[in-house]
Amino acid sequence: MLLEILEQNYLMHELAVTENILALALEAAQQANARRITAINLVIGDLSSFVDESVQFYFDLLSRGTIAEGAVLRFRREHAVAICRTCGHQFQVSPPLLPICPNCGDHYLEVKGGQGVAVDSIEVSDGDEAESSETGSQC
Amino acid sequence: MKLKVAKQVLSANDAVAAQNRARLDAAGILAVNLMASPGAGKTSLILATAERLPNAVPIGVIEGDLASRIDADLVAAHGIPVTQINTGGSCHLDAPMIQTALEQLPLEGIRLLFIENVGNLVCPAEFALGSHLSVVVASVPEGHDKPYKYPGMFARSDAVVLNKTDVLGVFDFDLAYFERGLRMVNPSAPLFVLSCRTGQGLDGWVTWLLHRLDDRAKPSIPTAS
Repeated sequence: MLLEILEQNYLMHELAVTENILALALEAAQQANARRITAINLVIGDLSSFVDESVQFYFDLLSRGTIAEGAVLRFRREHAVAICRTCGHQFQVSPPLLPICPNCGDHYLEVKGGQGVAVDSIEVSDGDEAESSETGSQC
Repeated sequence: MKLKVAKQVLSANDAVAAQNRARLDAAGILAVNLMASPGAGKTSLILATAERLPNAVPIGVIEGDLASRIDADLVAAHGIPVTQINTGGSCHLDAPMIQTALEQLPLEGIRLLFIENVGNLVCPAEFALGSHLSVVVASVPEGHDKPYKYPGMFARSDAVVLNKTDVLGVFDFDLAYFERGLRMVNPSAPLFVLSCRTGQGLDGWVTWLLHRLDDRAKPSIPTAS
């Protein structure tokens, strides 16, 4: 069903990114022998093309049946900063970029940062109390 | 319990891109990832460039489109080895697609490989392919605000081509404004202002490509990531 949903829709680039987010989280959880992922903390640059809501949408589909199902995605946005080459003023920017410096009005700006997409950390539980009954039903 | 992960989300794609890069390096090929909006003139740039390259620089092409072989057939009609990737709805090429495409090309006969990405200014730059150079092709009819609206794409480019300058006179296109936007996010990438239709300005672009090929031929220069 998941594949049908995905195949019938235009595959936004968030799908690929979300697959990787899930894989990185599952891998980290497995290494720690965690039984459930309760949250995933992401850092997404403001100049990257990834939209939080779309990542969340694909995550909810892709994580079904995994130990990450129901995990909360927390998005921390990494801002891009514009630096005016004339007066040195620095200010946060996101697309569309402001073409003039709000301090001196000059046009010569440089923009830095805001491009990465990373899994910063995950939050897990060993799920002892909840897991005992689930383990039973799986066997 | 909190577990630190601190991994770039696209690291799996990056790993395959590194394999592609090694494959290209072993074959002595310089690969250029061409990215642009649909209709900016990526295929036209490939064909106009091919016409002007010396015979000693045989090219190959990987075409990326959601669907169809239109571009691949056009390139093949010029006697250029080409393979078509149909992404079937996905909005960008990724490294595994290129890995498969490289199997389908006669790499030993190619020195310069153009990878024509899916027409899209949003995300293709975020998916490394293993290419040596990323080039954004913008065009006059798209308007002069593209670097401001799609900064990520322009920030990651090694060169920018502005195509269709033969129609500058009929569009309200401010070249200085375009260039200022480009310089905000990318102070160093050369900008080639040209027209594939008339050929004006193409020599500078071709010369730049030939220099990059020469750089590759020098074994002491490490390849950029």
